[in-house]
Amino acid sequence: MSNPYQIIIGLEVHVQLATESKLFCRCATTFGAEPNTQTCPLCIGMPGTLPVMNRRAFELSLRTAVALNCDIPRFTKWDRKQYHYPDLPKGYQISQFDLPMSSGGYLEIRDPQGQFETKRVGIIRAHLEEDAGKSTHDEKTGKADSRIDLNRTGTPLLEIVSEPDLRSPEEAKVYLTELKLLLTYLGVSDCNMQEGSLRVDANVNLHIDTPEGTIATPIVEVKNMNSFRAVERALAYDAKRQYDEWQQTGQKLGDVPKQTRGWDDEAGVSRPQRSKEESSDYRYLPDPDLLPVTVTENEVEDVRASLGELPAALRERLITDFGLSPYNAGVLVNQGRELIDYYLTVAKVSGDAKTACNWVTQDVLRVLRKRDYTILQFVEKTGIDADWLAALIENVRNKKLTKDQAQQAFDAMTGHVVVSVVQPLGLKDSVEVVIEKLGLKQVDETELLALCQELLDKNPKIVSDLRGGKHQAVGALIGQAKQRNANVDPGRVREICLNLIQQ
Amino acid sequence: MSISREEVAKVALLARLQLSDDELDTMTEQLSRIVGYVEQLSEPDTDQVEPMAHAMDIANVFAPDEVRPSLDRAEALASAPHHDGQCYRVPAVLGEA
Amino acid sequence: MSAISLTATQQLERLESGQLASVELTQAYLDRIKEVDGQVGAFLRVDAEAALATAAKIDEQRASGKPLGRLAGLPVSVKDVLCMHGEMTTCGSKILENFRSPYDATAIARLKAADAVLIGRTNMDEFAMGGSTENSAFHCTHNPWNLDCSPGGSSGGAAACVAASMAPLSVGTDTGGSIRQPAAFCGVTGMKPTYGRVSRYGLVAFASSLDQVGPLARTAADAALLLEVLAGHDPNDSTSADVPVPRYAETIAKPLQGLRIGLAGEHFSEGLSAETESALREAVRVFESLGGKVHDISLPHSKYGIATYYIIAPSEASSNLARYDGVHYGYRTDEQQLIAELSAERKQLTEADDPHTLDRLDTTLVRMYRKTRSEGFGPEVKRRIMLGTYALSAGYYDAYYLKALKVRRLIHNDFVEAFKQVDVILGPTSPVPAFKLGEKLQDPLSMYLVDLYTVSANLAGIPGISIPCGQSPEGLPIGLQLQAPAFEEERLLRASHMFQQATDWHQKVPEIS
Repeated sequence: MSNPYQIIIGLEVHVQLATESKLFCRCATTFGAEPNTQTCPLCIGMPGTLPVMNRRAFELSLRTAVALNCDIPRFTKWDRKQYHYPDLPKGYQISQFDLPMSSGGYLEIRDPQGQFETKRVGIIRAHLEEDAGKSTHDEKTGKADSRIDLNRTGTPLLEIVSEPDLRSPEEAKVYLTELKLLLTYLGVSDCNMQEGSLRVDANVNLHIDTPEGTIATPIVEVKNMNSFRAVERALAYDAKRQYDEWQQTGQKLGDVPKQTRGWDDEAGVSRPQRSKEESSDYRYLPDPDLLPVTVTENEVEDVRASLGELPAALRERLITDFGLSPYNAGVLVNQGRELIDYYLTVAKVSGDAKTACNWVTQDVLRVLRKRDYTILQFVEKTGIDADWLAALIENVRNKKLTKDQAQQAFDAMTGHVVVSVVQPLGLKDSVEVVIEKLGLKQVDETELLALCQELLDKNPKIVSDLRGGKHQAVGALIGQAKQRNANVDPGRVREICLNLIQQ
Repeated sequence: MSISREEVAKVALLARLQLSDDELDTMTEQLSRIVGYVEQLSEPDTDQVEPMAHAMDIANVFAPDEVRPSLDRAEALASAPHHDGQCYRVPAVLGEA
Repeated sequence: MSAISLTATQQLERLESGQLASVELTQAYLDRIKEVDGQVGAFLRVDAEAALATAAKIDEQRASGKPLGRLAGLPVSVKDVLCMHGEMTTCGSKILENFRSPYDATAIARLKAADAVLIGRTNMDEFAMGGSTENSAFHCTHNPWNLDCSPGGSSGGAAACVAASMAPLSVGTDTGGSIRQPAAFCGVTGMKPTYGRVSRYGLVAFASSLDQVGPLARTAADAALLLEVLAGHDPNDSTSADVPVPRYAETIAKPLQGLRIGLAGEHFSEGLSAETESALREAVRVFESLGGKVHDISLPHSKYGIATYYIIAPSEASSNLARYDGVHYGYRTDEQQLIAELSAERKQLTEADDPHTLDRLDTTLVRMYRKTRSEGFGPEVKRRIMLGTYALSAGYYDAYYLKALKVRRLIHNDFVEAFKQVDVILGPTSPVPAFKLGEKLQDPLSMYLVDLYTVSANLAGIPGISIPCGQSPEGLPIGLQLQAPAFEEERLLRASHMFQQATDWHQKVPEIS
């Protein structure tokens, strides 16, 4: 590494849990509703209201914590974190302070590009809490007040705090990608950053080698990063900025209080955030309205058993059992649960994991990217479900189709290539029907041999060129063969012609 | 134990109360007396005692994740001192320009 | 004999047999309120029209033979701390002056379902903080036995309105004695049920781990009737107990054989007034004559009750009252004035060249909160918010709040031990009978000490009842308190009923002049 310093990064991720209703009341959590249409006396903080915990939210948190290899204490409780802000109507946030529902886990990350070793990123804790509402301040109108929308107030959040184990912006991005993948595999969140379902804050500082030994710079918290790319950029920016600042001020960890900065992605800079608050004193107290939750060892084991195969284990299986390359295993697994299920079915039904991998990673993913489809949309729009693709692979293996013809069939179904056919293709057409409609018939070997001999006889110039070592001349013969019979396999034509000449 | 006037002023800000000079004096004197009385809590030995945050010994109370109708917006905003029909309005959260 | 001199149980019998119409009964109480509440001040609001309409509807339904609820046609007054849909709920505070609840508290919903006639909202100390009802932002309530005296508090309006025959039944709340102490001061029966027995949903919180809703009435039998309606599991309150509710009003007449009565030395020590002690000794003799057996017990940590309570309750209160900030409902300070005030301060600091203070000047929002809360809350509420904020603030948590939670456990354990030997504990409700209005206003700590005998039941979560057991030489009522293990309200009611069958203190009514 060329930098004269080491970057130390810890991430705090807030994930909105995929529940129908809020954490402590039964208002909907739908994104994008008209302001203040998803509120009730409880989430407005009206007098007399009492919270009742959403069972699903606790279950989803527990699932995540177990998947993150956390310890699950037998007893967990809820605390009030007290501060005043207009989007926090009770004057406190219900969160977890000293006895969180999980702690001491890890997430394993690996770099497909191989720039860093596979490593375990420690998880300090994951705890459940409620979200605040939204305040908007329109500076352009010059109005001196803010508008408060409480729709989001009380939405369940899981806060996942990592150890400061990350050593580069790239690693941070890989960690976030892997975490998001895990969360979507678990079905605990849609992790949509644009809608705020996944939010990232970073704590970053530097370890700088000096002649006097390694020194640590003050920790800075960076906020407002709205994409993983933004996280990467913001961290790279702040590391450099911290180094410059250290060179100017020489300030070390402990010299100044922790600073909070907001990332401006458009300008590509971070700026200090104003905090005119008195030093934060959250006056935590156990929430008397909510009772503790106890979890037994058996319950944790039941959750563990129900997790299904998670990304890391799945990648491992694809490499060892299926013989896929780490790169391809990564590409498949990183697409998410639905795509991997699709792939696994294609591989199982066709009995050819590697060919299935080629089709899915190259052809299927190409369509997904081009049309911005999910795999479910792909199946719906093209009719190419996993069984169909497996059947296509089998047809090639049984030499009923050439690879080329199979590609034609696939492209025709996806609309990639417009083909003129007598009968239009239907979404429900089986591979056999498509072969029939497209007139894709594997040419009989004897027939093909006769055709090649005939073409050689008709083209003495080409034959002499071939004999003279100009192998590219065979292309003209392939072209003529395809004109005579569209179904011929170009590779076979080439092979047969060259064989015949050598005889 | 006595509490200083400065400490009381700090607590008043935390509690979002504004106390006049006179109120600050009275509050300082009264809080000191009450806290002085409460000092007796240091007498009993509680090293092995579990704190009791709830008056009942039950746990694991949940509600099913089922959406119920929210308040009509007009009703939600009805008691607000200042609203625009859609949102609550408050002095700028960002502070002075 | 006027209908209002009957007990609620007798009134209900007459309503059910058709001898008495609810409209007639309700009108009699409304007349009584008109007659005496100008002097007593028990009510914050009386809705005569709505009450009579409900009464008329119930009479009609009864006439047509429709099934009716448990309290059908009986007037009930409610402390202004329980939310009622579409109605104001002020908690005796200016900060909630304009708040209309968009929902019903569970206790209110149960009263409505029982076809009670809700005649009005009773006065209280602001946010139930106080023991004299002088802390109401609206007016103070007078003790019907002596209008110069306090009715106690915080449910002073509730106790006074029953004592002055302005309602047969009244719903109060008790966080540290707020039902039992005013019941004792006003010579009525009042019970704080077990924590979790009555839903707190819609009860505006003071100290959530201590608050309970409970009945006030002239007799234990009437209190039993009201508790039967209020009690029961509520899925909207996580701390509501899923424990079956006995038919209190049906079992009340069954005497308790060989009742083991505990007397704690700590209840008969310094601070207890002589007249209260002698009334209690006499009451003990009454119980003994009814077959009760007295046992000496000890509650060694009860002396820490006040200190423990005055850390836990204000701490929870400081948190519960953080929501009153003028943003989403309730009172907000005048914004024009606020902005003018701030800019004047800014100008002054700029001219004085004091950048340090200028930099720490409140933002408009922070000042809005501070002015709203300072104008909206009264002195006692502010004092407790300050105390609680202090106790929870960094550096003090372990010494005060955490320590108090541990001592709370010790107080609780004292009761567990005691109830291994006895069925009920008998002691004073208050160390003194009703004090003069204004007497303790300047000395908060002396007011707090009145709660000495009542706070422990809230801290331990157990039920307690106060019943009249004598009068002071000045003619002020004296109350005794019975406490029982959690969910043994039935035992308290039956023991109280036995006592009331043998005595007539509960039948005495004040002459208001």
